[in-house]
Amino acid sequence: MTVLYTADHEWLRIEGDVATVGVTDYAQTQLGDVVFVDLPKVGRVVKKAEAIAVVESVKAASDVYAPIGGEIVETNEALGGDPSLVNSDPAGGAWFFKIRIADKSELDGLMDEAAYKAHAG
Amino acid sequence: MLASQPASSAALAQSSGLKRTPLYALNVARGGKMVPFAGYEMPVQFPPGVLKEHLHTRASAGLFDVSHMGQIALRPKSGKVEDAARALERLVPQDILSIAPNRQRYALFTNAEGGVLDDLMVANFGDHLFLVVNAACKEADEAHLRRELADACIVENLSGRALIALQGPKAEAVLSKLSPGVAGMAFMDCGPRQVMGIDCFVSRSGYTGEDGFEISVPAERVEALAAALLDDPAVMPIGLGARDSLRLEAGLCLYGHDIDTETTPVEANLNWSIQKSRRSGGARAGGFPGADVILAQLTGGASRKRVGLKAEGRAPVRENAPLFGSAEGGEPVGLVTSGGFGPSVNGPVAMGYVPASHAADATQLFAEIRGQRLPVRVTPLPFSPHSYKR
Repeated sequence: MTVLYTADHEWLRIEGDVATVGVTDYAQTQLGDVVFVDLPKVGRVVKKAEAIAVVESVKAASDVYAPIGGEIVETNEALGGDPSLVNSDPAGGAWFFKIRIADKSELDGLMDEAAYKAHAG
Repeated sequence: MLASQPASSAALAQSSGLKRTPLYALNVARGGKMVPFAGYEMPVQFPPGVLKEHLHTRASAGLFDVSHMGQIALRPKSGKVEDAARALERLVPQDILSIAPNRQRYALFTNAEGGVLDDLMVANFGDHLFLVVNAACKEADEAHLRRELADACIVENLSGRALIALQGPKAEAVLSKLSPGVAGMAFMDCGPRQVMGIDCFVSRSGYTGEDGFEISVPAERVEALAAALLDDPAVMPIGLGARDSLRLEAGLCLYGHDIDTETTPVEANLNWSIQKSRRSGGARAGGFPGADVILAQLTGGASRKRVGLKAEGRAPVRENAPLFGSAEGGEPVGLVTSGGFGPSVNGPVAMGYVPASHAADATQLFAEIRGQRLPVRVTPLPFSPHSYKR
């Protein structure tokens, strides 16, 4: 199992050909109190960098982009009932969606934990 | 997922010429996340975050730095305050003459089309009027006053004064410790008072819907006063984010969003702010910019109206979302002018303009968000009840 990161503060946990995607602790700190999460529909085929989810804090709405291309195979329904999970457990219980990776070479541009920590400062 | 973060605040101020309030250092020391607002570097939130700051203000007391706002003294050349009041009535549809000494009133600068140039507070300090105006409009307001009232008034920009607001159910108890006697003030009472031995102007008013006070302080003393207030365990510093969610739940207009030069006071549902004396048939009817438009709308109604809107789901409905009369098809009938998540309401709240035909309470409308039409309902304002001390 590998965990990778995007420059936009998303994490991907890779298990076989499926990536579980969420936002990082740094991201939830910047967002503030999350009050609503809009997730993509299961079965949707997305391209890398496409805006596919929205996370809303009291202040503002922020887009979540597909970190890689593929098919959405599952979304986290717990976020509908308790969006504040994004603040309390961003790296675990607050995963957003699982995506079946279309092209593993798209993972090459992502960061490992050390590189991401340097990026997020 | 996040938009690029602003550069460090120091770099931001240097590159863009942003101004700082006298509480800048304290705001930063308290962990305020500084953002540009109306030409100033202001704290949008402190470490507890918007949600906790909002709820704390409603439950206890919050301290707001509003020193970016404009403070103006309007002094009558004749020495008689009623002459300054009569002069100011040439620019606003409110009754200024009947503001008793040590009382204040909400007012609106209007333009020839009946639009709103700014909203403001006007206080009668006995020998002069004291005005508080919005930060983004303060230069234009001051120029407007100098240009229009030069015959009767001396306009003095009180730029050496800071302004703080202490809001919430514990505000009275907290401020009483530093200024015995403030408990005797009622909503909209105001005047000079000593707070911690400092010569201040104190009013019992605010922008949150809660009981509370606004305190004008000499700039060089405000840090000491703010620090003393924050030493009280009941008080938390509050940023602009919670200031916005608090005033939205209270149904109060934000200038430049819910009211502007394109909206009249009647369209904005601010009829209550226009006293009988200035309306048709009143002792000093009309005589302000746009009176023909505004007086006609007061009698005959406006074709559109600002209303409260509650979403039926959980998704926040935000500013600029178009409003439709039906779930599919048709042209937009209105627009959301303020909206977000209301922490005390625990759900999405918004305000917007709709045709008079769609303005009745409980009217079903649809707000378009990310291509989807979400059901919203016209709802009486405020969303969160006011708790002013009458």
